[in-house]
Amino acid sequence: MRRTNNSITARGFQMLALVFWFTVAAVAQSATRPTNTNIFAPESTPAKSIVDLSIFVLVITGIIFVAVGTLLVYVIVKFRDKATDTGREPAQVYGSNQIELAWTVIPVLIVVVLFLATARVIHAIQDAPKPASAFEVTVIGHQFWWEFRYPKLGIVTANELHIPVSDPAHPTPTFLKLLSADTDHSFWVPQLGGKTDLVPNRVNEMWIDPHRTGVFLGQCAQYCGVQHAKMLLRVSVDTPEDFDAWARAQQKAPTDDAAVTAGRRVFEATACINCHSISGTAANGHFGPDLTHLMSRRTIASGAAENTPENLRVWIRTPDAIKPGSLMPAMNLNDQDVDALVRYLETLQ
Amino acid sequence: MASDAIAIPSLPVVSDRPWIQTLHDWLTTVDHKRLGILYVLYGLFFLVIGGIEAIIMRIQLMRPHNDFVSPQVFNRMFTMHGTTMIFFMVMPMVFGFANYLVPLMIGARDMAFPRLNAFSFWLTALGGLLLYFSFLGGSGLYGAGNAPDVGWWAYAPLAARAFSPGHSSDYWTISLLVSGFGSIGTAINIIATVLCMRCPGMKLNRMPLLAWLNLIMAGMVLFAITPLSAAQLMLLVDRYLGGHFFDTQAGGSAVLWMHFFWIFGHPEVYVLVIPAFAFMSEIIPVFSRKPIFGYPVMVAATVCIGFVSMSVWAHHMFTVGMNSYANSFFAITTMAVGIPTGIKIFNWIGTMWGGRIQFKTPMLFSIAFLFQFLVAGLTGIIQSSAPVDWQLSLSYFVVAHFHYVIVGAIVFAIFAAFYYWYPKVIGRMLSEKLGKWHFWLFVIGFHLTFDTMHIPGLLGMPRRIYTYEPGRGWDTLNFIVSIGGIIQAIAVLVFVANMIISYWKGAKAGNDPWDAWTLEWSVSSPPPAYNFASIPVVESRRPLWDLKHPEDPDSRYE
Repeated sequence: MRRTNNSITARGFQMLALVFWFTVAAVAQSATRPTNTNIFAPESTPAKSIVDLSIFVLVITGIIFVAVGTLLVYVIVKFRDKATDTGREPAQVYGSNQIELAWTVIPVLIVVVLFLATARVIHAIQDAPKPASAFEVTVIGHQFWWEFRYPKLGIVTANELHIPVSDPAHPTPTFLKLLSADTDHSFWVPQLGGKTDLVPNRVNEMWIDPHRTGVFLGQCAQYCGVQHAKMLLRVSVDTPEDFDAWARAQQKAPTDDAAVTAGRRVFEATACINCHSISGTAANGHFGPDLTHLMSRRTIASGAAENTPENLRVWIRTPDAIKPGSLMPAMNLNDQDVDALVRYLETLQ
Repeated sequence: MASDAIAIPSLPVVSDRPWIQTLHDWLTTVDHKRLGILYVLYGLFFLVIGGIEAIIMRIQLMRPHNDFVSPQVFNRMFTMHGTTMIFFMVMPMVFGFANYLVPLMIGARDMAFPRLNAFSFWLTALGGLLLYFSFLGGSGLYGAGNAPDVGWWAYAPLAARAFSPGHSSDYWTISLLVSGFGSIGTAINIIATVLCMRCPGMKLNRMPLLAWLNLIMAGMVLFAITPLSAAQLMLLVDRYLGGHFFDTQAGGSAVLWMHFFWIFGHPEVYVLVIPAFAFMSEIIPVFSRKPIFGYPVMVAATVCIGFVSMSVWAHHMFTVGMNSYANSFFAITTMAVGIPTGIKIFNWIGTMWGGRIQFKTPMLFSIAFLFQFLVAGLTGIIQSSAPVDWQLSLSYFVVAHFHYVIVGAIVFAIFAAFYYWYPKVIGRMLSEKLGKWHFWLFVIGFHLTFDTMHIPGLLGMPRRIYTYEPGRGWDTLNFIVSIGGIIQAIAVLVFVANMIISYWKGAKAGNDPWDAWTLEWSVSSPPPAYNFASIPVVESRRPLWDLKHPEDPDSRYE
């Protein structure tokens, strides 16, 4: 009986070692893979100060783990029941006030240090004054997509946020005003900053200050309903020139292409216009994304699919094939109408 | 030793009676031991159900863009898994152990209010049935969904009529309301029992720590469940009587619901973990062959946790846009909980120091508890730093953290308690061999799942998503997490098999198989219906030590 137990114990330890090896290998593999959502790869001021604080907190908790863990292992090995001990009870010790006091005071000191470091970063991020050069965008969360409004530029777009890069010498941080049209959502682009919720009936604010151009990925972090998982988010940080070019293109009225009048008629004659807007047409719905410059976006369905004519066709015909449970209804159009509609949408540059 | 005991009614005598009579006895029982067993069996049943829901989710998340289940089903699964495990697995389990053990350990013949006790159990049982009836009845006349899919927090306005039509979330609301009344009844009962039913000589400072900690837990239940029940009633008013407490479309507040929910939700964590501390405080001394180190400090630290944990709730809300002062306040209160909790860990280590540690299955689970609770506490400290939490909140890091608490600490402690007290309840030992298989499989599965699960969180994976995009470094990690989940499920099957096999085949336990020191080991296994033939009189915290060592009794040092 005793031998069996020991062999199980030995096998258990072997398996545990294997588990750790396996885990470490997986971590190493994922750390070397270029990933765009790693919180330890910050590209913006608040994300950077959070990483610095995280490392500080990790080091302190790591030291505590090693110290207490070592103590625990030592106690288990040192004071295990040995065959020679049988029958005798060890010395009965009831406690010690000095020791209790020591291991109360040390944690108190650690807490004080951690709190001061934390409070400093909370203050630096939350109470940062808004500079005059700040760039402003209003973010409105919808089930299950993002609406971006640029009040000063008169631009309304969806799912892909464009902002100018901020030069550390003359910072132009972007201040986001966060609103929700329906349920709670949360704006999270790990490389740019921590998340802040979009709560209906409430105005929240957060700021980011990216120092590098590129596309940064994120997604909704607060459960908001059926398609919470595919409420993806892209932030394109552009050079000032690229950003101006993009903004000018967004401000232009769409060209009226006579070749696609058929598709435009399909759009205007169906329920599409109840939810979508296209400037210069009868469509002025607000439940779905503004489509005026649809083709300037790289994805559709809040990042669930590439913006290709083929995907547009699938999306219009059966939205559930791309995003089951999304609020876009299947319009039951015939092939001819779908083709015409997609040709029309393709002109919305 | 067994021969001095009061005669135990043996199995054949019981089975001579018609089964309908036996069933009637169990359904109408007011005996604290039978109710305790009912609670525990009820919790075990839901452990399996909640586990199946977890496995369904893990299969779905094994690879990106998997379509094992639809998003609707996945959302129901995580809602039901969370609600089930918190309210219908851990809560009944800890109440069951408290019910069974507290009267035995304080030398009482039953709980203070036996009929309230039965009433509370059946309310809790009805709550669980209501929750699961939603699979059939949730569609109501609307044909919209079945089981609730609003998450176990049911954040407003997702649970409002506009976003949750049909009756699915009503079943959730009413189920928690009903079982909440059951919990309040049990809490009142535990408080009254501990304060009024102690045997002669058992002063408050001589009570076993298990009784003390359950007293504190019961007090917290009263403070935690009340706001939850109030919020549930307000939600029902919103949904059926045109109220606007949480109805944001009519000027209600989503944040108000969050406050109500977490003012319940955080103390709830301690309601669940304090009984786990209680098990540890009984098991670790016995298998280290030493009394608990610093008994008064252990009690004081637990009372302290009870108070401080009432002021930390909004650390669940660091991302909702509170101002910097509120965020700082909840950061420091949360960090402060680490102080009494740390003291407890040190005291358990102090108990083991200088002892003769016996690695029986209950102690193996207890040692794993110590390691895992240490890690869970430290990841908690990491997240208490509000700016760090702005990144980690709502990510898989949080999911890993609280499963480390609930599985790594609470479930491990519950397993330790099973191996430790099963012989008392059933009269037979659980198999040590199967116990060790259970332990090692569970430890390996646990670490494979929950160690790994922290990393996708750090890599930006949010929780509650039914699928994820490939190429973000989450794929392999999620696969490992799922494999670990399956290993844990196998370990639980080994455990259930052990319970069933040992019921018939286990070695006879006798009164006191572990050579322990508290009163429950002085009576036969299983204990007679009236517990004690004559009410015992105690003179120290370890009455059986005094009995076994008349030359060196504890009473001399207290």
